[in-house]
Amino acid sequence: MTGYEWIIPVVLTVITAATPLVFAGIGELVTEKSGVLNLGIEGMMLVGAVTAFVTATVTGNYFLAVIAAAASGAFMAFLFGILTLSLMANQVATGLALTLFGVGISALIGQDFVGEPVQAISKLNIAGLSDIPIIGQILFGQDPLVYLSFIMAIVVSWFLYKTKAGLILRAVGDSHDAAHSIGYSVIAIRYLAVMFGGAMSGIGGAYLSLAYTPMWAENMTAGRGWIALALIVFATWKPSLVVVGAYMFGGITILQLHAQAAGFDVPSQILSMLPYVATIVVLVIISKDESRIRKHAPACIGKIFHPAA
Amino acid sequence: MLLKIEKRPEASQLMVYATPILALILTIITGTVLFQLLGVDPVEGLRNFFIKPIDNTYGATELFVKATPLILCAIGLSVGFRANVWNIGAEGQLTLGAIFGGGVFVYFHDVDSVFLLPLMVVMGAIGGALWAAIPAFLKTRFNANEILTSLMLVYVALLILSLLVHGSWRDPDGFNFPESRLFSESATMPILLEGTRLHFGTIIALFAVLGTWIMLSKTLIGFQIKVIGAAPKAGGYAGFSQKKIVWFSLLFGGAMAGIAGVSEVSGPVGQLLPSISPGYGFTAIIVAFLGRLHPVGIVFAGLLMALTYLGGETAQINLGLPVAVTGVFQGMILFFLLACDVLVNFRFRFTLFGKAAS
Amino acid sequence: MSDTGSSANNQHPRLELKGITKAYPGVLANDRIDLKILPGEIHALLGENGAGKSTLVKIIYGVLKADAGTIRWNGDLIDIATPHAARKLGIGMIFQHFSLFEAMTVTENIALSMPGRQNMADLSKRIVEISENYGLPLQPDRRVHTLSVGEKQRIEIVRCLLQDPKLLIMDEPTSVLTPQEADKLFLTLRRLSEEGVSILYISHKLDEIRSLCHKATIMRGGKYISECDPTVETAKSLAEMMIGADLKAPKHDEARERGPVRLKIHNMNLDSTDQFGVDLNLINFEVRSGEILGIAGVAGNGQVELLEALSGEALCNNPAEILLENEPIGNLGPAQRRKRGLAFVPEDRLGHGSVPEMSLVENAFLSAYGQKKLIKNGFIDTKKTRQYAKEIVEAFDVRTAGVSHAAESLSGGNLQKFIVGREMLQDPQLIIIAHPTWGVDAGAAAAIHQAIIDLAAKGAAVLVVSQDLDELFAISNRMAVIAEGRLSVSRNVQELSIEEIGLLMGGTSGSDSKKEFESVA
Repeated sequence: MTGYEWIIPVVLTVITAATPLVFAGIGELVTEKSGVLNLGIEGMMLVGAVTAFVTATVTGNYFLAVIAAAASGAFMAFLFGILTLSLMANQVATGLALTLFGVGISALIGQDFVGEPVQAISKLNIAGLSDIPIIGQILFGQDPLVYLSFIMAIVVSWFLYKTKAGLILRAVGDSHDAAHSIGYSVIAIRYLAVMFGGAMSGIGGAYLSLAYTPMWAENMTAGRGWIALALIVFATWKPSLVVVGAYMFGGITILQLHAQAAGFDVPSQILSMLPYVATIVVLVIISKDESRIRKHAPACIGKIFHPAA
Repeated sequence: MLLKIEKRPEASQLMVYATPILALILTIITGTVLFQLLGVDPVEGLRNFFIKPIDNTYGATELFVKATPLILCAIGLSVGFRANVWNIGAEGQLTLGAIFGGGVFVYFHDVDSVFLLPLMVVMGAIGGALWAAIPAFLKTRFNANEILTSLMLVYVALLILSLLVHGSWRDPDGFNFPESRLFSESATMPILLEGTRLHFGTIIALFAVLGTWIMLSKTLIGFQIKVIGAAPKAGGYAGFSQKKIVWFSLLFGGAMAGIAGVSEVSGPVGQLLPSISPGYGFTAIIVAFLGRLHPVGIVFAGLLMALTYLGGETAQINLGLPVAVTGVFQGMILFFLLACDVLVNFRFRFTLFGKAAS
Repeated sequence: MSDTGSSANNQHPRLELKGITKAYPGVLANDRIDLKILPGEIHALLGENGAGKSTLVKIIYGVLKADAGTIRWNGDLIDIATPHAARKLGIGMIFQHFSLFEAMTVTENIALSMPGRQNMADLSKRIVEISENYGLPLQPDRRVHTLSVGEKQRIEIVRCLLQDPKLLIMDEPTSVLTPQEADKLFLTLRRLSEEGVSILYISHKLDEIRSLCHKATIMRGGKYISECDPTVETAKSLAEMMIGADLKAPKHDEARERGPVRLKIHNMNLDSTDQFGVDLNLINFEVRSGEILGIAGVAGNGQVELLEALSGEALCNNPAEILLENEPIGNLGPAQRRKRGLAFVPEDRLGHGSVPEMSLVENAFLSAYGQKKLIKNGFIDTKKTRQYAKEIVEAFDVRTAGVSHAAESLSGGNLQKFIVGREMLQDPQLIIIAHPTWGVDAGAAAAIHQAIIDLAAKGAAVLVVSQDLDELFAISNRMAVIAEGRLSVSRNVQELSIEEIGLLMGGTSGSDSKKEFESVA
């Protein structure tokens, strides 16, 4: 076995780096499938992160902390919904506003908690299984949120493509006018989709402050919300590819951390640029084929719906 | 009773001007609640936030010092936003402007010439424009979304700055602090009012405002920007090139942000540091919207946002409030503005359900 | 559907409306409308654009709520609050603009309008059954964006039929069909009528109504005008009831000399930029000075692409594919083509021909700044631009509160007059007009037709692309048909019948029409 042990910590850290992206990406995917572009993921993740951290510090209850993070993310998304769905504000501008607001409000809530440590969310330990060499820890020794992220990806995939409700949601994103004239409540469906996206971003944020780096720091998402947005384009709006993409980015992030730790003769700043540069590169490669993007993107994305009754 | 939202036959000009004020009022109302929650007397809180910082000459000039980079960045962004080009990476372009402008000084620090500062400003504009040229190229050539690319480049720009001030540009006599040399007199923006920090950058910003105003209202390129933003197909019909407008608005926005960057480092900051801006490039997004993407509106909005920075500092010193309150206020005002903007294109009508006079 | 119009049902009309009123801000869309439809009756709702037909059927279908009036269904007073409620009653509706989801399959589209959960495999089977039964062939697994307009309409019809409707509402169903496709549709409708299904048939095409419908209710300007038996009326008498006053047919000087060739299109090929678009294939035609060439065709057969290629919004691979005054212009953009005397009125008034939120002054500048020299020393000459906008408003009788008002504040007809005027007053050598009177009231339509004819009389070459055959026959000298991205040979209007055109519109696959398209190449 000797010689391969280094794989375990690398894979484990890749998983922790990818999980928040899986949550945020899967959530935003549902939002976008309903025809809404919410650029506020970064803000919702930050609020989720700080809510989870404060709840965990005050109550010590991690389950409650994750629930609170989901609720806070959903609430932020609800605000976004009021503006874009009920008051018909521009989705791009409102998404930016949500991020700017999220940065501010999370900093305010978390200011007394900066630098305080918290116990990282505990990992599963199943007697026997988790002790299997190499795969034991990877498959059976993760924290519950990692499993939840996979479950959510599968559930969302099933929901979108195997249920009537999912069909309706996609229909609303494809043509809100047609959906409206058939008699579906476009606005109500979009509220639900947007809030689901918010809840998932909140959990993604919670993962950052409870598991990835168990602490709170201002702006600790460091652009992950935006990377999650790019992931969806990369995945051409397919849930399974969102997971693949998240793990790719997780891999790049971890690679650069390990390279820094290993003392490569490259300035740390250059290595730190990698995830951002990779995002741009991936975006360019995927977007190059304009017709492919148009084919997969929900036709109504970003468009304002006002029933012309 | 039923509340109905109805499209107006045409946009209300009154509401275009009224909604920013309405948004400010709503922000202040919510602010009082926020102060209460933070255990501060709301009247005291608002006074410290909005009045105290500028009740003296120094404070009033500080308002302009802070507003200068905001206005410069927002003017640049507003041109893009009008054309539906969503450059949100002004912070990165500002940083590159500071690097290019500051770099001139780092290499010519022993030159004492009246041309040094103008060269720095020009290089700053070029640096910002070059940084914005990346998303412009990626958008026009590869169709890559400029929101994401321009934002990713912010992180890259900050890392480049960090790399430089930790590395080759570090002040040799600086005790190993990650800082460049202090800028010499000839590399520093002239002070306009003795005893204050009000500097020549403010004049540059005002000229930028004037020039942009003329460009948008009186020239063909300004007309093209507005048409492409409002109805891209009508732009194509008139023969206006979408790609040209993407390039123009990104380069223009980048140059403006770049000038903002160089005016900061050769003005109030005085040297290159790992962090040269408290998020001016992002707050400028709020300034642009709050100013209705109009150059004159942006001046007022820039002053207001500058006030929230000063107010945050004053409130921290006098009332022990966290600085983060500034960000909350800024976010809130944009939120309320976007909410109130429904009134520009729509009107609310209360109708009795079912029956109405015919 | 097995329930034929039995005697018990004949006691009550299937649907009876009394005094239906609906007001929008500034408009009374429906003013005390009465309507009565018997079981198994095909009932026409006849009226011009803007007569209030669409509003009325939306009220019946539960999309809109009437301000006043009553609705009875089989004699019972009812309230139709939502489309769901309407469908529950047995009302099915086929909208003029299909309510379809382009990215989804036929089966998925139909499942979306069915209550509850469906087994997709079973549903597919039922779709095939129904569609074969009624002569509406459909493949359940095809994605909608790959279908023709006629096929899309079939989805809508099958969707309704699956729910066992008692009343089927059809809003201008033939406006997108070839005459042959329309005939097939009528067979299906008659069959349904025999089975006892009532049909409310909305149209402004008089011949159709006379051959298909049992009764007709006529609306004008939001008001109920009369009910009549269309089979005994003449097209003329129906038209008079619908339009109100006799309209002047446009004056045409057939004997006029035709001048030299202004526009020549030679073997033009162009791939569509839109994945759902149509590629242009070896297009050839020419337009002479003083003549009006009409291009007919069912929407979505390459019109959009052809217009883009002509206006310069899409560029040709070979500049010589388009010759204006014998000079190659295929590689020039719209602004440069305008400089050479080309003017263009696009189909979409709001957002293409004009910027909705900009004023009429700015919209006058939009396409005329070069020809009318509205830029002075690098700056926009606002005064001169304003004058030009006023000139257009006066010359073309545009009703507006003033030239500072936004384009979106004008009615469709007035905005169209403004855009047509803006293009015509630039004294073009060649003008290309897409769907000149689409969705425009009868008065404005007549004015626009006359303006087109007058411009040609002054020596301009005119190209009109339209779906409205009546319009093309009324104003063109020569006509050609575009189908599947290919253009037929053009022929003098006098030599053409509607039937011939209809066959050509059906496409290039028929053996007869094949010749027409091939002889071009």
